[in-house]
Amino acid sequence: MTALAQVSGGSGPARTPPPARPGRHRLLPYLLLLPGAAWLLVFFAVPLLQLAAASLYDPTGSLSTGYALTWAFGNYPEALQAYWPQFARSFGYAGAALVLALLMGYPLAYAIAQKAGRWKNLLLVCVVAPMFTSFLVRTLAWKTILSDNGALVGLLRDVHLLGPDGRLLATPVAVVLGLTYNFLPFLVLPLYASLERLDHRLLEAASDLYAGPLHAFRTVTLPLSMPGLIAGTLLFFIPATGDYINAELLGTPNEYMIGNVIDSAFLVRLDYPQGAALSFLLMAAILAVVFVYLRRAGTEEVL
Amino acid sequence: MSGMANEAPAGDLRLVDLTKRFGIFTAVDELSLTVPQGSFFALLGASGCGKTTTLRMIAGLEEPTSGQVLLGDRDIARLRPYKRPVNTVFQSYALFPHLNIAENVAFGLRRRGIRRVEEQVHRMLALVQLDGYGRRRPAQLSGGQQQRVALARALINHPQVLLLDEPLGALDLKLRRQMQIELKRIQTEVGITFVHVTHDQEEAMTMADTVAVMNAGRIEQLGAPAELYEYPATAFVANFLGQSNLLAADAAGPAGSEVPVTAHGVRFSVPADRARADRGPVYLGVRPEKLHLVEAVDQVPAGHQHVEGVITDASYVGVSTQYLVRTGWGSELSAFTANSGVGGQHPVGAPVVAHWDPRHAFLLPREPGQDDRTTPLVDEPVGKPS
Ligand SMILES: Nc1ncnc2c1ncn2[C@@H]1O[C@H](COP(=O)(O)OP(=O)(O)OP(=O)(O)O)[C@@H](O)[C@H]1O
Ligand SMILES: [Mg+2]
Repeated sequence: MTALAQVSGGSGPARTPPPARPGRHRLLPYLLLLPGAAWLLVFFAVPLLQLAAASLYDPTGSLSTGYALTWAFGNYPEALQAYWPQFARSFGYAGAALVLALLMGYPLAYAIAQKAGRWKNLLLVCVVAPMFTSFLVRTLAWKTILSDNGALVGLLRDVHLLGPDGRLLATPVAVVLGLTYNFLPFLVLPLYASLERLDHRLLEAASDLYAGPLHAFRTVTLPLSMPGLIAGTLLFFIPATGDYINAELLGTPNEYMIGNVIDSAFLVRLDYPQGAALSFLLMAAILAVVFVYLRRAGTEEVL
Repeated sequence: MSGMANEAPAGDLRLVDLTKRFGIFTAVDELSLTVPQGSFFALLGASGCGKTTTLRMIAGLEEPTSGQVLLGDRDIARLRPYKRPVNTVFQSYALFPHLNIAENVAFGLRRRGIRRVEEQVHRMLALVQLDGYGRRRPAQLSGGQQQRVALARALINHPQVLLLDEPLGALDLKLRRQMQIELKRIQTEVGITFVHVTHDQEEAMTMADTVAVMNAGRIEQLGAPAELYEYPATAFVANFLGQSNLLAADAAGPAGSEVPVTAHGVRFSVPADRARADRGPVYLGVRPEKLHLVEAVDQVPAGHQHVEGVITDASYVGVSTQYLVRTGWGSELSAFTANSGVGGQHPVGAPVVAHWDPRHAFLLPREPGQDDRTTPLVDEPVGKPS
């Protein structure tokens, strides 16, 4: 005991830990944030401010005559009045595509996560594989699949699900199918991540406590996959609502979504104030939908 | 559907030739046993011997490779788990992380369509000493508290058979004893059949009406706790349930009411009704607490048998002192002497005579070629090189 005390006493000063450098420690998290924050500032915050300014430009200006910031808040109601059908369509199509994607994606994610065994990784690659080709090429491929003299339309006509002149291409169905296909992986991957973590012993416990498969799904699997379901739904719904490629390639102007309008405002009609106002309206609408959704979906697990 | 737990015909739980193979590995091997209705049955065995697998087959979570699970007259072996009047306290708890404690406990009741559950849940939580914890999530409880929630969640359903897979493993000694008493009380009060898996032999012996010792997928011995302890059937049971000194001996058949044996050149005898084997290679077994130590041969009481040796280790454990005695032929016997104040301590290195009443000894079958088996003292480090 004394020997021990002597030893530790003798080397006391050397043993004490080096003096802490609190300043450095406290700064570290901010230093780690710096690159991301700088990126966001330069490429997100500044353009966003510019866009906000543009949405308040004098609507009578043009690229040749120049624009003046006249705080023209009237741009907003005008844009909304002119294009509310496209707004409604965006949410309608994205919503319909979301329902389809959920019906396909949930069972798919569940099967890969819980039942695929050693095929798991291969199946995941299959889900992501379409992303290796460009968005445009994928959507153009659907144009072929859905074309009037394609096999699919032929089959549907043969079984009388489509009339003799019925078509898929250039209809809302085509746009919704395109959206479903293009954004499905964004729904499946987060869902898979949540379902993969699901402990099958919990399902055993539920079935031991008199819950049949359906009830066990409703009371155990579904609530525990909620974080992935919410994340997947948002990752699907947000880009799908703003998308314009699918409507452009698979639809007609009758199927145009708000993305198409913004696209033409900026690139065709060169009506910058209107394009900017529509962009902000879309952002606000999506934020509102997401906010309501998160409130209702019980976000305890997510936030 | 909802009242199924009560509609099922009452009766004993019987396993008949129950077998489970995983590939070529046989986890449970033609297991047959009967658990009378309302009794407390303990399943004891080393890790990996198939206890959990047996319970899972009774619960319906594992399909037997062959054999029957009978509840009364009904074969439930192919019934879905949610249709069986059986509940399980899982070894891994398996609490629902997204539900609070009260909802976890109420899960089975709600499923059976019972609306007003608050009072029952409250009583159950009080029973496992967790009142006031109802609103917490499982992740906010300690391991021992979670284990008690698992217990409450199964018990509240009053199943016909309750399967407990080491339900008290994570509790400290005091709480464990309390819960043992509670469990035993609930079991006698409600008359549920309990099948209780445990590593703790003391727990098995104090609580159970019947104890079964399992080894490598088979039942080695089954019976009342005292019967198993006083007269084990195999060397495995003799050493798994408590400790035993097993001396390699040879018997040449009974002579009258005795079975004479020779061990290491010394002759002993055991009453014939204490012999599981009376011919060929046998083990002569004596429990450490039935070995008495004296200083000289003339102190050995009449009728007792003895071996001489030297004390090589003495550990004082409060209520008793545990000695190791090295015999003339080199093996070590353990002997426990009560610290009752009668008789002195024996210092290490002292020559002693260990003697026992032959009525406390027993003979067990032995594979030819196997040597003495004495279990190490409990306080000896595990894995000590020999
Ligand atoms: N799904 C499975 N696949 C393959 N082998 C398994 C499986 N489940 C269990 N086993 C094996 O069966 C044997 C018995 O396992 P079991 O879980 O019944 O042991 P146990 O007696 O409950 O052990 P413990 O006391 O450690 O809980 C073990 O050797 C185990 O490795
Ligand atoms: Mg086990």
